[in-house]
Amino acid sequence: MILELQNITMQFGGVTAIDDLSFGVKAGQIYGLIGPNGAGKTTLFNIVTGNYKQTKGNVVFNHEEISGTKPNMIVQRGIARTFQNIRLFKSMNVLENVLIGYHNQANYTYIESIFRLPRHFLYEKKIKNEAMEMLERFGLADLAYTNSSSLSYGNQRKVEIARALATNPRLLLLDEPAAGMNSSETEDLSNIIRKIKDEFGLTILLIEHDMKFVNNMCDIVLVLDYGEEIFEGKPSEAIVNEKVVSAYLGDFTNA
Amino acid sequence: MKLIKLSILAIILLFIWFAQSHFDAYAVSILNNIAIFAILALSYNLINGVAGQFSLEPNGFVAIGAYVAALFTLPAATKIDMYVLQDPSPLVLAMHTSFLPALLLSGVVAAVIAFMLSIPVFRVRGDYLAIVTLGFGFIIRIFAMNQPAMTNGALGLNDIPDTENLYWSGFIMVVTFVIMLNIIYSKYGRAMKAVRDDEDAATAMGINTFWIKTYAFMTSAFFEGVGGGLMASMLTTIAPDQFTFLLTFQLLIIIVLGGLGSMSGTIVGAILVMGGTEWLRFLDQNMDIFGYNTGAHPGLRMVVFSMLLIVMMLFARKGIFGNKELTDIFRRGK
Repeated sequence: MILELQNITMQFGGVTAIDDLSFGVKAGQIYGLIGPNGAGKTTLFNIVTGNYKQTKGNVVFNHEEISGTKPNMIVQRGIARTFQNIRLFKSMNVLENVLIGYHNQANYTYIESIFRLPRHFLYEKKIKNEAMEMLERFGLADLAYTNSSSLSYGNQRKVEIARALATNPRLLLLDEPAAGMNSSETEDLSNIIRKIKDEFGLTILLIEHDMKFVNNMCDIVLVLDYGEEIFEGKPSEAIVNEKVVSAYLGDFTNA
Repeated sequence: MKLIKLSILAIILLFIWFAQSHFDAYAVSILNNIAIFAILALSYNLINGVAGQFSLEPNGFVAIGAYVAALFTLPAATKIDMYVLQDPSPLVLAMHTSFLPALLLSGVVAAVIAFMLSIPVFRVRGDYLAIVTLGFGFIIRIFAMNQPAMTNGALGLNDIPDTENLYWSGFIMVVTFVIMLNIIYSKYGRAMKAVRDDEDAATAMGINTFWIKTYAFMTSAFFEGVGGGLMASMLTTIAPDQFTFLLTFQLLIIIVLGGLGSMSGTIVGAILVMGGTEWLRFLDQNMDIFGYNTGAHPGLRMVVFSMLLIVMMLFARKGIFGNKELTDIFRRGK
């Protein structure tokens, strides 16, 4: 298990967003989190990334307890994420966006950059080459100097994933990666996600509503409803499960 | 590329040398003023424009820098003569160095105080920085007023050695400009811009946003302190009332006019605003318009500047340079 959530409860005031939830993600898996809106999926992401502190329970990553660690330190331990609504750095070009991901790998100090000492050039050159390689992997090398806000939606999504990968993660959290994409863009994205997963030896935890995408990508899915687990297993079994269907469509048996 | 940059620097330095040795005293004093305000505005733009943390503190740091530099350069005998409200404290009498170390100390003291301010302020998000720094400016002024043993109170300090000339201010301006660009085009500058654009996303990239903001704030304070020291030596006399919010406001006009986040724009803004203040001096005086004497209206210049700012906000919100640099022209496509 690379990521284990043990008895997580998250309360916002009187509202229980997640109720005593436990599950584990094995290394190398693509693990899907699905469920209707408001089921607590993004809240769960925010707990894993350290943006929220859970009311109860533990988050164990790589056999180490990470709850209470600051979000930027969790990234340095190897968990990277993308956002549901794409959040690129809009004033910067594509290359700079990816370079931000290499921030902690450019090992020079503030003073060294002020006086332009050799280490500044050494590491800037190194991360720039790596960032260009990363962009090539996503087929974005031609757009390196384009402003990130003028890209197409599909490409912005790719830049966001490239940027997350630049932080050198072992676990990648994707929050609705296929949202707002047409079927050919989704297809393209699935291929890229599989490719980078193998290339970087990643484990992926993703939230998605597009069931075709989930079916096609995920090894295991966890279905949440009102903060509780209602199903864990193969995606093909999830869509025929009675509880899952009633969570999405409503309960027809008593209607 | 590198050659172009170096030649631009060489031309500026040559111009400074030429101006100091050939221009008349009035022109030199205007250039001197422009250079000092450029230093202040450049550093103010780092925290406000590049890191996007709206703050209103420069008058506080400039005051600190001016007082530190003045106290370190004034000889002890002059201090004893000057302090009439209360005898100077032994600490004040003991402080004495030459001009350059005094300037560095101005910067260091300002930077240390900036660090102490940033600990409470940057732990929370939002507009707290603006409120706290605005208050900070007032506190410094009131402190200077009410510590006669340290600062000679409301009487201020006079006869500060006028070591400063265009070589000092011009050279330090160039150094500040180069350092600011070095910061912007490094991982730290990128991180500052990332914090400005989207702080959550910056954190999700593993950036410690508290330290990035603190770096920007301390660097900004350092050069504001140095600029304050230069100002004290240029004016040879300082008093608490010089460092009101109006000073901050003037710097805000410069950076908004030049472009928030653009250092080249800041230099242009400083030239326009400080040069313009001199050039528009005729507005404050008696004017004859077709034989009709308007009488003197002191302060009319500031009305013109306020109108300029309103027009800027309406039609060119990004300022002259936006957030681009002059050197970006050469960077394109590289």
